[in-house]
Amino acid sequence: MEMFVSFCIVVLLAVIAFAGVELVNLQFLFGVIIPYAAFAVFVIGFINRVIQWGRSPVPFHIPTTCGQQKSLPWIKDSKLDNPTGTLGVIGRMALEVFFFRSLFRNLKTGIQNGELKYTGTKWLWLGGLIFHYSFFIVLVRHLRFFTDPVPPFVNYLDILDGYLKTGSPNLLITGWVLLGAVIYLFLRRAFIPGVRYISLTADYFPLFLITGVALSGIIMRYYIKVDIVSVKQLTMGLVTFSPVVPQGIGSIFFIHLFLICVLFAYFPFSKLMHMGGVFLSPTRNLPNNSRIRRHINPWNYDVKVHTYEEYEEEFRDKMKSVGLPVEKE
Amino acid sequence: MYDGGKIITGLIIFLAIVTFPFYSNIGKANIKPAPDLDTPAIQELDEKKCIEPTGFMRANHMKLLKQWMDDLQELDKDTYRASDCKVYDSSYDTCMECHVSQQNFCDRCHTYAGVKPYCWECHELD
Repeated sequence: MEMFVSFCIVVLLAVIAFAGVELVNLQFLFGVIIPYAAFAVFVIGFINRVIQWGRSPVPFHIPTTCGQQKSLPWIKDSKLDNPTGTLGVIGRMALEVFFFRSLFRNLKTGIQNGELKYTGTKWLWLGGLIFHYSFFIVLVRHLRFFTDPVPPFVNYLDILDGYLKTGSPNLLITGWVLLGAVIYLFLRRAFIPGVRYISLTADYFPLFLITGVALSGIIMRYYIKVDIVSVKQLTMGLVTFSPVVPQGIGSIFFIHLFLICVLFAYFPFSKLMHMGGVFLSPTRNLPNNSRIRRHINPWNYDVKVHTYEEYEEEFRDKMKSVGLPVEKE
Repeated sequence: MYDGGKIITGLIIFLAIVTFPFYSNIGKANIKPAPDLDTPAIQELDEKKCIEPTGFMRANHMKLLKQWMDDLQELDKDTYRASDCKVYDSSYDTCMECHVSQQNFCDRCHTYAGVKPYCWECHELD
């Protein structure tokens, strides 16, 4: 049901864009107003979300400890999996952000020959890594529509991505890989019973939405062509704040753009915020120095404590008189 | 806010990245490139049109040219019947008869759109 609803919403969004442009001629709405609005929602929503997180106290010191903690000098500690200092934390965060290390450590519990066995499962890690990197490259490649002249690194990325030199327009690998990876991530949800059981509309919707974005982009690049110079005129109009909607851009472009706008506007309110959230996860970004430095819950109110020294100070005479040992004579 | 310094720094980096297209284009005008159509061969034409309608050529020329290449290599076919039934030699030279210059015609839009076709790895420049 969740799957079906998400799928229908994405199809409906594409139909809205198509009908809006084909039947009602709302090119200006779909080409200018909605993109600006979506971008504003994205930026403001993103910042707002991160600030909300920043204001939430971390009551406990809760780093995940995936290796030997630093203790006695002759016991080898695990500097990246159980960091005690800033440098170690930076290393661990870098591994997490760039290589999804915690996902790489994913284990599967099962019974083999009557014994409990933990085996590594790397498929989610691999699929996720491929998905994120190809999406990133596709995104950076799109800078060619938002810069004039196009910076050399974008051109080189295009050459690298199109090094198969197949077809005309040149086949760009990452677009197809992105589509493949997002479909893999969907199939995983749909066919592994355990994963399917915990999947909600909010899990399926972004997958279908990104599938829609990738698919409409691929269709536009390779099959139903549009006049790309007019498209760039529109996108450059947006970023120079002099919006224009050139005549004769095909509806497939507006479908692609509208789906992207929905993705951007939806971003701050969804699980996609893990883009910012990964930097703010206490289990990852705290050094495991709980035995070196005391972590104080920020919302602790001042508790009046009576230390042993003070206690002894107060009752020393009485303690001595009944023969109790005291630390200070 | 807890760890405000670090979080604000992160947010500033985020803003610098996502608004890059906006501030990198400050003060630039949005000028659409104009391929040079003022060549002797085009001037001589009675009706100034390419082998297919302009809209089609703008969006689909790369597919058409690839089709020509495949036709020649695979089927040994070196002519193209356009939608108005005129027959043309399906050759790079047919394009260049009118459009003359790679630099003044092809490259203007290709550079603007950041496209690097591999036509000229075999065909001669200008």
